[in-house]
Amino acid sequence: MKADTLARLQAERAAQNPVVLLTRLSDGAQHLWPQDAVPDALADAARAALGSEKAGSVTIANEPWFIHPHNPPLRIIVVGAVHIAQAMAPMAGPLGFQLVVVDPRGAFATAERLPGVTLNTDWPDDAMAALKPDARSAVVTLTHDPKLDDPALDAALRSPAFYIGALGSRRTHAKRVARLRDLGHDDAAMARIHAPVGLDIAAVTAPEIALSVMAEIVAARRGASLGAPRPAVPSEPRVSIGITA
Amino acid sequence: MTTDTTHSEDILAIAAQWRAAGEQVAIATVVETWGSSPRPAGSRLAVTASGRLMGSVSGGCIEGAVADAAKQAMASGTPQLLDFGVSDERAWEVGLSCGGKVKVFVEPLT
Repeated sequence: MKADTLARLQAERAAQNPVVLLTRLSDGAQHLWPQDAVPDALADAARAALGSEKAGSVTIANEPWFIHPHNPPLRIIVVGAVHIAQAMAPMAGPLGFQLVVVDPRGAFATAERLPGVTLNTDWPDDAMAALKPDARSAVVTLTHDPKLDDPALDAALRSPAFYIGALGSRRTHAKRVARLRDLGHDDAAMARIHAPVGLDIAAVTAPEIALSVMAEIVAARRGASLGAPRPAVPSEPRVSIGITA
Repeated sequence: MTTDTTHSEDILAIAAQWRAAGEQVAIATVVETWGSSPRPAGSRLAVTASGRLMGSVSGGCIEGAVADAAKQAMASGTPQLLDFGVSDERAWEVGLSCGGKVKVFVEPLT
């Protein structure tokens, strides 16, 4: 790879542009798509690879090519710069997500509490209007405060976000569902909300809850059945592994 | 917007940093897999002539052999396409015992 190709590829990725690295395996010649002009058959393979997010080899005009898509990171919009959001922050990058934390409460949304995280201190309705969650976005509400969580969920349910999660007990969620219905959301909309949020690993601490939420988002992103919203069922009493005398 | 392009999985960023620091660098990429190979196509390993390694193309089975090929590629300036699989005796030597097959493209950063 030429240093210049590497620099161009990294610049496109830093600008969050989708880019495909095309490598001719016989001699290592490389192009970037859509930035460079390439034959139609290569462009078609590149477009398909961005859609499927799968790298692979193809033969075009009797030449083997490696088609390597680089999509911008997926996004997780978290409402509430709380302890769980802090625990999610270091997990997000390595898992391929950009974390955006929304919280109008100045005491919570600080760079000291969330170093390196994109912070938005607008009210959630304004923040969501600006952030425009798309099909590559997850939205997670963590504040426990309907004044902050509800407008964010309202906006998320009107968006194509691939994952929507809301922290809170089943009782809290039942009340939330009633409020969201008053805003005009139907059963199909409610079924999109993961609540209680996160895979059921009986998480207790903030890092454990962050892990369960991140795992559920990954499952949703990868299309695993665990990532589908599930009907609320009462949980059995359980015992965790503790220290016994 | 804050974009972290330097986290541990961004092998290209590491390759660029190493080169900027004066190292001779090669990049190895899984370009094809069959069966139960541990890392998908697109997985990368960066290698320096001085012996630094970051990333993975197999989860540890063939990285040593790939690093050797990378050093040759750096010396010759020519990319190489490597084949590893259970039908290949060399693969057994380097321990791709998972039963999968992979093709790895090794290119010097020039």
